[in-house]
Amino acid sequence: MTADEIRRATVRLSHEIVEKQAGTEGLMLIGIQRRGVPLAHRIADAIADNEGVAVPVGALDITFYRDDLSLVAQQPVVKGTELPSGIDGRTIVLVDDVLYTGRTIRAAMDALVDFGRPQAIRLAVLVDRGHRELPIRADHVGKNVPTSREELVRVHLEETDGEDGVEIERVVDDPVAVEPVA
Amino acid sequence: MTGVVDGPAETVAVVPSVDVAPESQSVGWRHRHLLDVDGLTAADLDLVMRTADAMREVLARPIARVPALRGRNVTLLFYEASTRTRVSFEMAAKNLSADVTNIAAASSSVTKGESLLDTVRTVEALGAQMLVMRHAVSGAPYLAAEAFGGSVLNAGDGWHAHPTQALLDLYTMRSRLPGGFVAGRKVVILGDVLHSRVARSNIWSLTAAGADLWLCGPATLLRGFDAWAARGAAAGRRFQVTSDVGAALRDADVVMALRIQRERMASGLLPSLREYAARYGLTRERLALAAPGALVMHPGPMNEGVEIAADVAAGAQSVITDQVTNGVAIRMALLYLLAGVSGGPGSEDAA
Repeated sequence: MTADEIRRATVRLSHEIVEKQAGTEGLMLIGIQRRGVPLAHRIADAIADNEGVAVPVGALDITFYRDDLSLVAQQPVVKGTELPSGIDGRTIVLVDDVLYTGRTIRAAMDALVDFGRPQAIRLAVLVDRGHRELPIRADHVGKNVPTSREELVRVHLEETDGEDGVEIERVVDDPVAVEPVA
Repeated sequence: MTGVVDGPAETVAVVPSVDVAPESQSVGWRHRHLLDVDGLTAADLDLVMRTADAMREVLARPIARVPALRGRNVTLLFYEASTRTRVSFEMAAKNLSADVTNIAAASSSVTKGESLLDTVRTVEALGAQMLVMRHAVSGAPYLAAEAFGGSVLNAGDGWHAHPTQALLDLYTMRSRLPGGFVAGRKVVILGDVLHSRVARSNIWSLTAAGADLWLCGPATLLRGFDAWAARGAAAGRRFQVTSDVGAALRDADVVMALRIQRERMASGLLPSLREYAARYGLTRERLALAAPGALVMHPGPMNEGVEIAADVAAGAQSVITDQVTNGVAIRMALLYLLAGVSGGPGSEDAA
């Protein structure tokens, strides 16, 4: 995906989210650290452009809720959770860059319910690459990208990586072959 | 490695499955035990502080509990009286959803003559994965660490070290000093330095953080520290020892009073507690010598009216209750970081 495609997908996601909610009442966007956070802000900016409403945006760190801490060589660095207000009774849209096994989203929902009882939790992702291991699906998808498990999907965002782009990378012993997601 | 994004269960990839930024990966935590602060690099200290920030955010939540250490056993083995450190560790472990086992040596088989090593092997066989230990003998946790398969956290050994206290002191200073840094600030440790493991650990971490460190107390309670200060100065650390309380306190940014440890006090070191209070007690008048708004700290428990006046301990400049709260956050951070090294099936081949 090019920077333009990411921009268009983000704008479409913003329209879908508002349409599904029939407005912006009670909406809150919560980005999952790390690249979900700038995406959530971009979607909120797009909603502000279209609807003239500033939807609150938060950041969720799911590090402490992972189910695979013992599989990781070192503890991941915690990046912090910041919610703009209480979540009770709101419609929370979780935002992440890539949906893969679904375990991140499972952890995010566990983390979220520790803060209160939302009216609903929805999921918006930039890329759905398949291979779910849990019964989780996204409500809003920027792009479906069929992949094999041997591949890595790399999302770059200007805020975190200096440029926008999505690539698929094949994990092989040889030098890594990179092909852009068309 | 920039921009690797995958589900957390991604274990087939050659890179760690976590979304770890390259800069954070290079400063990852490598220590299996926390026995003292002297083995910690500046990057380690920084990682502990940043992780403690996240833990403080957890503590501020309506439900101050996260499942990070679910299924892990943390055993507290205390051979010496303690309230705040033991409770602080216990709450830290519980806030991370660990299972906590408490052993007070006074009511255990230790009284039947069981050796330290036997006790350590026994609690490990019973399922302890992380061992938090306090012992009256300096070096005891080092011995335990040799026998124990998991992680050992030193919660104070004799006169030697009290690393979590030093780390929470550093954290409290960083969070309360204007600008958030300790480098160049004048920090005074006042009182019974000789018997203080808190002072010894703080000397290391504070001079490593670049503080202008002053130790002050009666000469009898500073024995041997001149040589340490000279070595420190030779190594480029700012470190002075004095019995002149006025010189020490003048323009200080932080004043940390230490408890007069009567239980460790061999006779003859002090004429009397009253004379000590009169000459070295941290009173409002003495505190006025320090910089305006200087932080007042005390590792506790306090003898009010001896090393610190009650109105100073409860005054506006006191951050003593902050120290207690930050202690839970720091201990959560350390348990979390150590658990990643000692813990599960991936830890051995992952070094």
